[in-house]
Amino acid sequence: MSTDETGQGGAQAHEGAGEFQEPGSSGVPVQKLVQLITPSGERVSHPEFDLWVQDITDEHLCSLFEDMTVIRRIDVEATALQRQGELALWPPLLGQEAAQIGSGRSLRSDDFVFSSYRENGVAYCRGVDLTDLLRVWRGNASGGWDPYAINMATPQIIIGAQTLHATGYAMGIQNDGADSVAVTYFGDGATSEGDVNEALVFAASFQSPVVFFCTNNHWAISEPVRLQSHIQLADRAAGFGIPSLRVDGNDVLAVMAATRVALDRARRGGGPTFIEAVSYRMGPHTTADDPTRYRDANELEDWAAKDPISRVAALLERKGLLTGELQDHVRNKADAVAREMRKGCTTMPDPQPMDVFKHVYSAPNSWLDRQQDHYARYLASFGDPAGAVPGEGAR
Amino acid sequence: MTSMTFARAINAGLRKSLDHDPKVVLLGEDIGTLGGVFRVTDGLQKDFGKHRVVDTPLAESAIVGAAVGLAYRGYRPVVEIQFDGFIYPAFDQIVSQVAKLHYRTRGAVKMPITIRVPFGGGIGSPEHHSESPEAYFTHTSGLRVVTVANPQDAYTVIQQAIASDDPVLYFEPKRRYHDKGEVDEAAGLDSADPMGQARVLTDGTDVTLVAYGPLVKTALDAASAAADEGISIQVIDLRSLAPVDYDTVVASVRKTGRLVITHEAGQSGGLGAEVAASITERCFYHLEAAPVRVTGFDIPYPYSKLEMHHLPGLDRILDGVDRALGRPNSLSGLEG
Repeated sequence: MSTDETGQGGAQAHEGAGEFQEPGSSGVPVQKLVQLITPSGERVSHPEFDLWVQDITDEHLCSLFEDMTVIRRIDVEATALQRQGELALWPPLLGQEAAQIGSGRSLRSDDFVFSSYRENGVAYCRGVDLTDLLRVWRGNASGGWDPYAINMATPQIIIGAQTLHATGYAMGIQNDGADSVAVTYFGDGATSEGDVNEALVFAASFQSPVVFFCTNNHWAISEPVRLQSHIQLADRAAGFGIPSLRVDGNDVLAVMAATRVALDRARRGGGPTFIEAVSYRMGPHTTADDPTRYRDANELEDWAAKDPISRVAALLERKGLLTGELQDHVRNKADAVAREMRKGCTTMPDPQPMDVFKHVYSAPNSWLDRQQDHYARYLASFGDPAGAVPGEGAR
Repeated sequence: MTSMTFARAINAGLRKSLDHDPKVVLLGEDIGTLGGVFRVTDGLQKDFGKHRVVDTPLAESAIVGAAVGLAYRGYRPVVEIQFDGFIYPAFDQIVSQVAKLHYRTRGAVKMPITIRVPFGGGIGSPEHHSESPEAYFTHTSGLRVVTVANPQDAYTVIQQAIASDDPVLYFEPKRRYHDKGEVDEAAGLDSADPMGQARVLTDGTDVTLVAYGPLVKTALDAASAAADEGISIQVIDLRSLAPVDYDTVVASVRKTGRLVITHEAGQSGGLGAEVAASITERCFYHLEAAPVRVTGFDIPYPYSKLEMHHLPGLDRILDGVDRALGRPNSLSGLEG
């Protein structure tokens, strides 16, 4: 194959680097990363974006700190539940708290979210019931909640498929003359999928009110983002005729500003926006993955220094807001949420065998009805009306 | 003979093909550095280089479409689709291009592409990770479709699939990846059973039980349990799903007069329907009872807490055997 030894042609310069070097010689325009809070917690001013977060009071900032701490706790607790055998699998969001809270807290309740499986922090912002968050991962359901109850689709597992759904939903918003927005979340790996590229084409063509929120967490299981793209992901949008923003995804204010810019454009009839939130997947792809097989521990360390929660804590400290009272409050809240979630998980009733036949169709279906009847008779043949799973060799 | 796991046996077969033919290239997501999410390609990129074991961007249609281009150029691509439920973005390339190019070009262009698909359930995964999509492909003319049920076949058939000038869908029963078996790595392909041939696994006289992939082990367990009840079952591992080796099944059913077929995929339009129809056509006067299908339900693959209800297990297969034999069973007394 006509690739060099790196497998990506000309990418040697980037080997081992956490993100792209400035392409420079390629002539490709490179967007500057929008940052409002530095990793050390300094609030830096920005000529364009300050405007979009000027209403964020100290109280708001404390509440964003609380949200991020709580979802980290949710994530850590869910990971523990998986390790303890209470969940079959869990996709950690560790490190991506600012990207999820900054955007999730910018949405209106009548906006509609189409996300991947990792946006559990966004689901928290939408007001998801904590037990519902775990149903799929415990193996109790194919979907955890009613999408219309929180205006968020259940998480998509097929990479990138949801971006088309958001685009179609946005076309519906347009037809209805409404000013709500469809927001779709996906990762850096998803940008390679045909579905995502087709969604960008549709959204641009119809100027639909959709926000493409790409969390570049640098890794698609074992594949680094440099395998997916030779330019910064945000810079791809121009090729589709879609304006884009590249923000520090570990900076909750920058993410909020960018999301608000995009939402405002969409609400005013200005069409789609592509946001690249540059972050890092601090954990494994899922609890079934072992990232030590494919990535450098140094890289992890570099990104730990850019932690999204520590930098807000540092900012609060600078402002004299990180009081013992606030810390206690946040800790207690996180503890309470974790307790509630654990209880919801461990007391979740098991699904009943005949539930497998439910909801395949909205109306009776003769093929399935017959199979359901036969299976009920089969279970009854074991003399157990409750229909517990017959073990192998039960007869 | 070496004892190895199913996954390791496929790995060894891939290694042999890579060694044997410089035109063999592997493409897939996470197959290189990681060695695949099931470690089936473990170590191959390290030994054969990034130009022959290629970590691709996340784009299944592109993976298969690029394989078509490589095949045009004289390569012999082996594609990994990470999970059964991820194959559908590539469906168009497989059905409209891979399957039809030989026909379209009157044989001028060969498509010696192998598409490896871990399939089936039983591993407690979320949606899209446990499907049995084989019938979509057996229904598509121009494709050969095979499954493997033991490490020796896993090792041999992957090499046969790669050597085939026709495109092959190679379905790997993922819940058996860690099962161990003896593999003769010295045996050449010449002495092996042809890829398209079914195999009789147990000698039986009362019922023919046809299985493939992950359920071959379950079928053997069922036959062993039935033997304790005095029922003699001839288990056949179908191995090839397109074409089906009907001669082997016909010979068995002419002897037993009764046919049970089992698969994880849903019943309607599945392999069971195809085998039952063909055997009825060819063995009508030898059949003592209607063929019986013991399959997954016609439902989306369920969430893992209930997957063992969906998957045919030993007892459901034996219930099907009872139906074929006219013994008391769960549907006794039910008409039609």
